[in-house]
This record gives sequence, structure tokens and C-alpha cells, in this order.
Amino acid sequence: MAISEPVVVPQSGAADRLARTWAQPRGFWGWFQNVHHTAIGVRFMVTSFIFFLLGGVLAAMMRWQLVRPEHNAIGPDLYNQLFTVHGSTMIFLFAVPMMFQGFGVYVVPHMCGTRNIAFPRLNAFSYYIYVVGALLLWVGLFLKTGADAGWFAYVPLSGPEFTPGKRSDFWAQMITFTEVSALGVAICITTTILRYRAPGMTLNRMPILLWEKLVTSIMVIFAMPSVMVVSSMLLMDRTINTQFFNPSVGGDVLLYQHLFWFFGHPEVYIIFLPATAIVSTVVAVFARRHIFGYVPIVTSVVATGFLGFSVWVHHMFATGLPQMSASFFTAASLMIVIPTAVQFYCWMATIWHGRLQLKLPMLWIFGFFFVFLIGGLSGVMLASVPLDWQVHDTFFVVAHFHYVLIGGALFPMFGGMYFWIPKITGRMMNDRLGKIHFWLFFVGFNLTFFTMHFLGLHGMPRRVYTYTPEMRWGALNLLATIGVVFMTAGILVFIANFFQSKATGRFAGPNPWGAGSLEWATPSPPPHYNFLELPTVNGREALWEAEPNQPIVGGVREDIPEVLVTNTLDSEPEYRDELPGPSIWPFLTAIAVSIAFIWSIFSPWGIAYGAIPVVITLIGWLWPRGHSPSPRVPEPALEARWIR
Amino acid sequence: MIGFSRVPLLAAGVFASYPGDHSILHPAGPQASNIEWLYWVIFWIVFVVYVVVVLGFMRAGARTYTSADEMLPIMKDEAGDRRASWAVGSAITITVLTLFAVLVMSEITGKKVEGETSKNPVTIQVIGHQWWWEVIYPDPQADQTVTTANEIHVPVGKRVVILTNSADVIHSFWAPSINGKRDLLPGYSSAFWLQIDQPGVYHGQCAEFCGLQHAHMGFSIVAEREDAFSQWKAQQLKPAQDPTELVTVHGRDVFLSHACVMCHTIRGTDAGSRLGPDLTHIASRQMIAAETLPNTPGALAGWIVDPQRIKPGNRMSPNPLQPDDLQALITYLQTLK
Repeated sequence: MAISEPVVVPQSGAADRLARTWAQPRGFWGWFQNVHHTAIGVRFMVTSFIFFLLGGVLAAMMRWQLVRPEHNAIGPDLYNQLFTVHGSTMIFLFAVPMMFQGFGVYVVPHMCGTRNIAFPRLNAFSYYIYVVGALLLWVGLFLKTGADAGWFAYVPLSGPEFTPGKRSDFWAQMITFTEVSALGVAICITTTILRYRAPGMTLNRMPILLWEKLVTSIMVIFAMPSVMVVSSMLLMDRTINTQFFNPSVGGDVLLYQHLFWFFGHPEVYIIFLPATAIVSTVVAVFARRHIFGYVPIVTSVVATGFLGFSVWVHHMFATGLPQMSASFFTAASLMIVIPTAVQFYCWMATIWHGRLQLKLPMLWIFGFFFVFLIGGLSGVMLASVPLDWQVHDTFFVVAHFHYVLIGGALFPMFGGMYFWIPKITGRMMNDRLGKIHFWLFFVGFNLTFFTMHFLGLHGMPRRVYTYTPEMRWGALNLLATIGVVFMTAGILVFIANFFQSKATGRFAGPNPWGAGSLEWATPSPPPHYNFLELPTVNGREALWEAEPNQPIVGGVREDIPEVLVTNTLDSEPEYRDELPGPSIWPFLTAIAVSIAFIWSIFSPWGIAYGAIPVVITLIGWLWPRGHSPSPRVPEPALEARWIR
Repeated sequence: MIGFSRVPLLAAGVFASYPGDHSILHPAGPQASNIEWLYWVIFWIVFVVYVVVVLGFMRAGARTYTSADEMLPIMKDEAGDRRASWAVGSAITITVLTLFAVLVMSEITGKKVEGETSKNPVTIQVIGHQWWWEVIYPDPQADQTVTTANEIHVPVGKRVVILTNSADVIHSFWAPSINGKRDLLPGYSSAFWLQIDQPGVYHGQCAEFCGLQHAHMGFSIVAEREDAFSQWKAQQLKPAQDPTELVTVHGRDVFLSHACVMCHTIRGTDAGSRLGPDLTHIASRQMIAAETLPNTPGALAGWIVDPQRIKPGNRMSPNPLQPDDLQALITYLQTLK
């Protein structure tokens, strides 16, 4: 058997020293000082899952309002807040923080074989700033100033004339918070992947999941500034009377849409690519073989990263574009099908020429194949300009993107959860409950969203809080609402399963699935130093291809939090780097920045005066550590010691 | 199994289009027919793709499935991988060709839909308002211009060009059985074409979220024979008839002495404000409040007294009129044919 089971090392002197060096403070104040990637990653995941549940409650309320024609449960004002906050929550507060930030922050350093993420304090800061942004949107909702101009907040509807009050400001500033958070994490992850990989993990041996995290991070770095610019322009129109989007004085409402969707469409791939990475990982493990077509899959991921930026106008076909530009964006939108198709065929070939073990995570991946494919294919329909003119902004589109986002991200996410939660908690999830969860969710999901295709074809527009009986949409809407019951039951079963597993689940051991990437070489749950001995890598699946006496990295100090920095292409050791330890300053800085951001909603002076505490906290954050850092130059004399 | 279970549902749902239904699958003119054709072509293509891919995954799974629970060793199958390379390569080639076919058909259909133009069309200007549609039949002679609201009349079989604009936020003009939708953007005007071949009344609705009453922003297109259309237009051109009876004179005075006159026009009277729908021929319309209520005396009275209950958030304020004033006003409005 080629799987190398990591040896459970007794508490040696080295382990003690590492545990002391990498220890994170405990207690109430310790919680705010923790900068370890496992802690921050878990916080991102738990927080975003809570917002997923809250967003789901809003969705259920909307379905309740639409359950029959002229239902009077919820008025238009609340309904508009519900779908706005539902969409914003699911995209900005759940999907990206879960799939990109949380999961990435947790697993990337493990997969790279290093002891912490790069810039750990920036990473911690990103979490706090995300939480404040999320709370801002939801506190707004509970204070009856919930954003109500849609998750896209098109001008002029979201502008000062048509949405007075603070509703759109809360939304726009929430964007700023969450995007600052995503950018911070993107920088941490990019750096970790490019510089902290274990010796031997050259670029062409990087696990597909790391490739995808790299591509996603770079997409975040290019896409998020666009939406931050546009939400800030909106905010300025609303607070300091700029006129970017006011058509009566030469402002442009289409400019907003271009800037928003230049972010908005890559965003879909920022959510979807992490999911395909989970699929590639899980498929290989449960087909008991290397993934078929590593190079085509990696090429596809990179191609998706580029093409994702050239399709945004397909959200704007109905604005009456010149035919030439519409054709270009149709072609680009169809072209982006190709890399996803390549991945699908490679997964199929992997299963075809492997040995399929249909364990729980793999069941969810099969669900993904069947469900996401419907969303992808209805996407082909939407790429066609004439068809888009008809079904754009109808329930057909609602069905389409829920198949893409729930099928393409949520199914792999649950698969990934059943796969990695044993690593995170150290205990296995219950198999039977997991299968009940799957079937409830699968049936409920299709019941709710497949019916919406027909509603769209029969003329039901999106974002209507009611409809008349003459339209004959009642029966399909009732079916769609019934599906919610099944989905809710499924989610409740999952939550019960999680807590039961956490309390009484079977111990997982380091590698319960016989997987090949480096996170499975750590104990479950991993200690704060991650690896007792820093690993080296021989192939694409580090553990499957490890030699019986695989070399380990020596020469990295154990008395200070030090990691090995390797070069980008060949991951050859370059130097040692001391990482900053626990600190309260990222939290304090996040609070200071939050005050400035929130203050700026009410007065432009918020930025000016609010900058003062930000500067003070930054000084605290950057205060010298009192001893000289490890030399950041190659140390040829030490090189022999890198790999023992 | 999972894949197949959805097929009957799919088929049943897709074919279950009921007559009289305003659906993209019930086209009433060349634009919508072309798009419907494209819909079915792409539908069958993606349907076949779905079945093939799902069968592929099920075959792959069934072929190599093992119920063994223990950790199986990692295997290598180089001959299998070589065969798989060919299979994957071919599948990608077919995918690319299929996508190209979709692109070409989509382009051709787009050209057809946009190409149904004419040198001598019926021109209609549609201006979106929160939450109603201003409809203008422009004419070089100002006194030949017809202004109405929410009910668009077109002659059957003639090319019609719709010029779009918006008075406030973005709206989107969509009548599914006639043509795809077109956004009404403030600061931009655009033109698109439609033609209706079957006489009838076709429902349309705003498709771009436009605020509180987005759900109640409907319109209807009445397609009628050329002569009926000309008659209608001639009638719409006339100013409102002067009331002759005591009760209708009183009704007009109520209109002119209350809030009504602040927003509405009745040509032939002093009421000339353009904030709300033109009411010169209100009695000729089938529905009121942008397709929210039928145009009956009772509905009209309910609407005038408390529009906020029927359409919360709309721009019309409540009008607590005395019963006899209200009665007179309704009677007067009903004479405005």
C-alpha cells in the first residue's frame, strides 16, 4: 500500500518546543489575539455558515409570501429587503467567505506543508473586518433600514433620489468591508502558495486545489477593486453629492452596471472554482487513483480565471447593446463552457478508470454532477442573446443561478464538509444521517428550483412580491415552496449530525480516507505547529508518492515561529522567515477601520477623523518586535541543512 | 436513476403550456416566433447533452463501483488513461463544435429578430415611470400626437417600433408572447421592433426591479385590425367631451378642485399635469393602475379613495372624498371614452 500513514509521534522535546512556540493565547482576550490559520479559517467557516442559515430563513420567508397568488403575508417593503439581504448575504457573507476565505485559509497552509499562513495578522484582521461588515447589513435589516435595492443595487434606484435614508449606504459599506476582507485573504493565500510550499512541491506538482486557490486569489485581487470602486462611487453620490450616476446632469447609469458586473461575473467563478477543486480532490480519493488529466484540469482552471473577466456583459444584454458587442460576449460566454466541460470529462475519466467507492463525500459530488450540469446547460441558453432577451430577469434565471450556485458550490461544499470535518474536529460524521441529509436536500432543491424554469418561461419576472391568479403561476409556486421544507429538514439533519459527531463521533485518525495531500499527514485536529517535521514532496499526491524514508526539512528553528520560504517555480528552499505571533492589534485595527467606514456613511468627516485611530492602531500593529528578524538572504552554508 | 427521474418532469413541464397563457412558448409575432424556434433547438441540444453526460457518469460509476469499505490501494492504469485521453479529446471536440453551432444559430436568430424592421412603421414611444407606462404615439404635428397609459394599441400585421425611455429608474418592457425584453434606461433612448399577427390582448410586465411596486407594473398590448386601430387613434386624439349633465359637471369640478389636477391631464379641461397617467380617455381602457384593477366603477372608487391600500408605496395620495363627490367623479370619469 502506497499510503504513508504518518507516525504518531510521542511528545518529544521537539513537539513540546513547537507547541510552546506556536501556542495561541487562551481565554476571552486570547480569542481576539489568535492569528493561527486553523482558528481563523474555522471562524470564517462557522460565521459564514451562520449567515447561510440566516439567508436561508429569508429565502423561506420569500417562498412563503409567494406560496399562492395575492398572498398577504409580507408587504412589498419587507419583501424587497428580504431578497436584497438574501442575495447579498448568500454571495458576500456566505459563499465567498466560506468557499474562498474560510476553506482556503484553513487548508492551504496544510496543503503547502507549512506552519502558518503568510501575513497571519492581516489574515486575522480580514476576519474581524468581515464580521463587522456582515453585522452592519443585518443590524440594518433588524433596524428596518435593510437594503432594498437588490443585491446588485442598480442606480438610479439605489441612488439618493429614489432610496433616501441609509438603506443603500449600509449595503454599499457592507461591500467595502467584505471586499477588504477578501482582498486581505487573497494576498495571504497567494503569498502562502507561491512562497511557502514544501520543498519538492514544484508548480507542476501542486495539488489542483492549490492551483485553484491561486487562480481564485488572483481573480479576487483583480475583481474586487471594481466593486469597491462602484460601491464607493454610489456612496459618494449619496453622501457628498457627487453625480457619477445621475443621468440628468450627465452621469451614467450603465457605467454602474459595467463596473458591477466586471466584478459580478468573476465572482461566480470565485465561488465556483473552489468547488471544482473540492470535486477534483474528492473524486481522486474515492476513485482510488490520481486525477485523470492534471494538466488539462489546471489549464482549465487558469483559462476560467482569464475568461471569467470577459463575459460580464451577458448580464446586460437587455440594455440594448450594439449587436457587435453582444456577439462578442455571447461567444465569450459560450467559450467559458469549454474549460468546465474539460473538467467534467476528466472527472468522468477518473471514475471510469478508477475504483469508485461511493462514500458520503462522493455521494455529494455525484449530486453535483447531476445538478450543476442543469445550471451549466441553462447557462448555454442564457448566453444566446435572443433567448436572454426573453428569459433575462425572470424566474428562469433564478432557477439557472441557483442550479449553478447551489449545484455548483453548495453540493461540493457539503461533500467537502463531510470530507474535511474529520480533519478539523478529529471525529467522523455519521454516514446514515449524511445520506438522509443528501436525499432530503437533493429532492427539496430540485422541487424548488426546477419548477422555477417553467415559471420563467411562462412570464414570471423576478423580484415581484405578488402575482395575480389570472397568471396561473400558483401551482408551480406552491410546489417550489414545498421544496423548502425538504431542504430545511436536510440542513437541520446536517447540523444535528455535526454536533453529534463533535460529541460522540468515531475518532478519525490522521487520514481516514486514505487521501494523498499533505493536510492528511497532520494529526486530526492538527496542532498549532501543523507538522512536527516539515515535509518534502515527491509528486502530485504527496502522501501517495512518499518514499518509505521521505526526507524532511531540517534547520528551521523551533524556538521562534519560523517557516521555510521556497522559490515560486521549483519550491527550492531560499530562506527562513519568522512569522508574527499572536497580537491584539489586528482586532483593534479592524475596530478602528470599522468606525471610520461606518462613520463615513453618516458624515464624510468620518474618514478624516476616523483615520486617526486607524493610524494609531497601525503603529501598534507594526511596532518593531525587539529583536532582529531572521536574515532574508539565501544562506548557502545552511542549505545543506534544509533537507535532511 | 437520479438523472432519469427528472426526464418525465422536464417533458411534462415544458409541454404544459396552456392556451391564452402569456408565455415565450406562445409567440404571437415573428420576433417571438424566431426566439421560440431558437429556444427549442437549444433546448433539445442541451437535453441530449445532459442525458449523455449523466449516462456517462452513471456508466463510469457502475463500471468501477465497489462496495468495499476499507481503504483501497491507489491504482495506476496507463493503458486505460491512453484510451481515456482519446475519449476526452473527442468529447471536447464535439463540445466545441456544438457550442459553435449554438453560437451561429443564436447569431442568425438575433439578426432575424432585429431585422424585422420597416421604413414606414407605427412609432410608439414608451416611457417608464414608477409604476406605470406612459405611451405616446408621436406625430410631426403636435396636435396629432396621442398620449395614453398602460394600454398600447397596435394594428395587426404591421411593423411597430418602440422607442424607449425612462422618467425615473430603470424599467424593462416585456411582453413574452411578442418579443424579448428591453430595458428602459434613464438618460438613454433605444428602439426595438415588434409585430403581432394575431388580434388579441397581450399582457406585459416590467421585468427590471424598479422599487416598491415593481410587481404591479403591468401593461397590455391590444392588437386590432387596421381600421379598428385607426378608429381608436382618432378617438384618442379628441379632447375630452364637456360634461353635459349636472352630475358629470359636478364630477369635473371635483376633479379640478381636488388633488387629481396636480398630477393628471384631461385634455379639454384645465388639468394638464404630466406626473401621472393621462386620463383624457380613461374610460376607454380595460384596466387601471398599470393592470392592477379592472376599470369598473367600484374598483375606480376604491383606487381613488385609498390607492395606498391596493398598491402600497405608489405615488398617488389617498383622496378622502365625500360620497356624493366621489360618485360624481366616477360618473364623470366614466364618460371619458
